[in-house]
Amino acid sequence: MTPRPFVDIAAQAGMSPEEVISCVDRWKQEGTIRRFGAMVRHQRLGYTANAMSAWDVPEGRSEEVGRILAAAPEVSHCYERPRAEQWDFNVFAMIHGGSPEECEKVAAGLARRTGIDNYSLLYSSREFKKISMKYFIE
Amino acid sequence: MDATDKKLITLIQSDFPITDRPYAAIGRQLGISEQEVINRIEEIMKSGEIRRLGASFDSRRLGYTSTLCALHVPPEKLEKAVAAINSYHNVTHNYERNHYYNVWFTLIAPSRERIGEILMEIEKSAGVGPVLDLPATRLFKIQVDLPVI
Repeated sequence: MTPRPFVDIAAQAGMSPEEVISCVDRWKQEGTIRRFGAMVRHQRLGYTANAMSAWDVPEGRSEEVGRILAAAPEVSHCYERPRAEQWDFNVFAMIHGGSPEECEKVAAGLARRTGIDNYSLLYSSREFKKISMKYFIE
Repeated sequence: MDATDKKLITLIQSDFPITDRPYAAIGRQLGISEQEVINRIEEIMKSGEIRRLGASFDSRRLGYTSTLCALHVPPEKLEKAVAAINSYHNVTHNYERNHYYNVWFTLIAPSRERIGEILMEIEKSAGVGPVLDLPATRLFKIQVDLPVI
């Protein structure tokens, strides 16, 4: 690591450091860059249990329920997705905790708050891959 | 990791300064030198709590589309299926989970057509499937920093 990382990037990209900095700034403001900084390994920071919670939410309520799930600080991602064969859940929320029991407690609280009692917690037992996407290399 | 390391991680997770000398700016906030910031980050990266330092892009704004896929794989086919799935740079996360659908992975590609192709190739080469293709229809929350405790 060097004290002036944007100078290094600029050299590789054939741009000036000022151009790189203003580009990154602009992309951040526009939302093209969602975040700029350290990507952490949650497991190493004490979040040893991660549960993918899946909820069976009546179609008309998904917006409201999604917002409630998303507001929980233990939830990092929350989406609505289609149902499928042998998969009768349509709202997903990733719950992070120090143990499965902690994740279950969070989910039980969310079930109470949303009134949705048909949900399932899927824990990851093995990580096969976790990388950052490299764009425009096709 | 000491208290300064934890403060450092919290700070650079969400608020990395986009300036000529970012580590000097971070050092001023934490009351340590630029060199100490660099040394600490290098140590933290070596021990693995930080995976990468840089930009996370919104794939949709770059013209890409993403999906979450689920797959039932019997144990004897697991190794082959995981190798087939992981061979694509488009697959960014892949986990084994405790469910009938025991393999869950995320896929980012330039088009829905490309996603369809990749899923067909995976089904064919590993003799598995059908893969459930579950693209998000609504986004409520994306990748928020968790507090460093």
